[in-house]
Amino acid sequence: MDATSRPVGHAPRVAATAVRYAALTVAALLFLLPFYLLLRNGLATESDITSPDWTLFPSTLHWENIGELFTDPAVPMARSLLNSTVIAVLQTGGQLLLGSMCGYGLARIPYRHANKVFYAIVATLMIPSVVTFVPSFVLVSSLGWVSSLRGLVIPGLFAGFTAFLFRQYFLGFPRELEEAARIDGLGYWGAYWRIVVPNSKAFFAAIAVLQFIGSWNAFLWPLVIGQDESSWTVQVALSTFLTAQTINIHELFLAAAVGILPLVVVFVVLQRYLVRGVTETGIKG
Amino acid sequence: MRSTGTVSTRTRGPGTTIPFWAFVGPFLIGLVIFAYVPIVWSAALSVFNAQNTVTPDEFVGLRNYADMLTDGPFVHSLVTFSLFALFAVPLTFVLALALAVMVNQVRFARTFFRSVFFLPTACSYVVASLVWKLSIFNGVRFGLANTVLGWFGGDTVAWLSNPNPPWYWVVLVSARLWLQVGFYMILFIAGLQRIPTSLYEAAYVDGANPGWQVFRHITLPQLRPTSIAVLLLSLIAAYQAFDEFYNLLGNSRGYPDFARPPLVYLYYVALGPNQDYGHGSAGALILALLIAMVTLLQGRLLGFGRRD
Repeated sequence: MDATSRPVGHAPRVAATAVRYAALTVAALLFLLPFYLLLRNGLATESDITSPDWTLFPSTLHWENIGELFTDPAVPMARSLLNSTVIAVLQTGGQLLLGSMCGYGLARIPYRHANKVFYAIVATLMIPSVVTFVPSFVLVSSLGWVSSLRGLVIPGLFAGFTAFLFRQYFLGFPRELEEAARIDGLGYWGAYWRIVVPNSKAFFAAIAVLQFIGSWNAFLWPLVIGQDESSWTVQVALSTFLTAQTINIHELFLAAAVGILPLVVVFVVLQRYLVRGVTETGIKG
Repeated sequence: MRSTGTVSTRTRGPGTTIPFWAFVGPFLIGLVIFAYVPIVWSAALSVFNAQNTVTPDEFVGLRNYADMLTDGPFVHSLVTFSLFALFAVPLTFVLALALAVMVNQVRFARTFFRSVFFLPTACSYVVASLVWKLSIFNGVRFGLANTVLGWFGGDTVAWLSNPNPPWYWVVLVSARLWLQVGFYMILFIAGLQRIPTSLYEAAYVDGANPGWQVFRHITLPQLRPTSIAVLLLSLIAAYQAFDEFYNLLGNSRGYPDFARPPLVYLYYVALGPNQDYGHGSAGALILALLIAMVTLLQGRLLGFGRRD
């Protein structure tokens, strides 16, 4: 691959540009291939999929597969979509609320032990999640939260990283705005809700998009906690059918396509917040 | 990450205690319950014989650790994933950087290309595994990879079911690259856009060749902080691999004894039929320690924290 670098304004040679576009186009087609396969196989019949002759799309697109997917009693599609939505919304909202309040308190309220609290939060960032997954499961199961919404949502609300990011952000928030609010008689609470939050929408949106994607795509925790079929998320449902291979292939592909649709929409609509979130945080939610 | 001063003002009064805890308390209580308690509990379980129980009473000292370190499959998975990291991390790095540089250079359709490469970030590992396992690399003649091989006269390859030769690595690594490269590309694009144009102009004035020379002596050194971040993040992610491995190679009978990530192994040790929390916790701590050591080693090699 051509990995050269040239400043803006330097006249590029036509050949180099052509090579670059050719390489980018090939790469783009490869990157889009899996999305195409989801649609192609999802709207096909079993015999289309297993045909030895590759066809770009099946001769007829079977849109009725969608209705079939949602009415198949063996596949809890509607339920798992609902579970995923509820979990992702609650976790995103909860993390924004708890993490931003914590970050604001750390950044702005001059309390004696604030630094110690901050270090206690940062210390958790050094621990990889592998260490805690067994005892977290033990803890949640001893609380009786297995296969419950509580067990799926609550342990994921307290991400030290979110609080850390909000603290860093609020340290850079213009102090003058808040001081004006204080003069108007608002306390910390009032300044936070009326001045700080409304003026930080872009940052909240960036964290929210990251968190929503992370929650929706989470797999290990929902797999461990969501044991009853009624508590499966989309990922757990797809994984169960994938590893057991008990349902039709086209149904599985269509379920996967339906399962990523909300995120593709979020991605396309809110991409600029996502890019901002990724570049500011360097990590997926 | 380096700033440590929490409170920039010196005015500290008794009137701040209640507001501080009102803001920080709810989060901190949850953090203690769902982060600190599990960490301490994990350390405790690792020195007890804790099978099928979470309140064990038979203290075994470091025996669980010794067992795990002499446990063939576990050690094998640690070695396998060190090799996996050694291979996957540089590959991710080079591809992400190459895409970032190319996207950053073109003017027409730049946003389109950036979006396309970034789009898999929105896709879950489960969905990617599904497409890889049942369509591209399904191992039968109508599979996409085998169809393409067929056009060139190649034989049908059983990508995932046959461990010898280990074609499954092609499947596992390509899935991971597809899922992760776009994310790191975004980091690199941000890094590239922070490089001042004046540096390039000065290089051209000094007669540097556009191309490799400028890339090697200006772009790469300027990207250092981003490069270190990308290497660290992808390294830690490689050791904690779970999702796509579990979904690509696992089946209703369990997981095969090849390409088994440490985390998948621990998952079956701790949450399988034996519910062996003692050995599971000891293994998790060994893995965490290994990640910390490799991270430090990598940091040392790259001169992490060195100021340019």
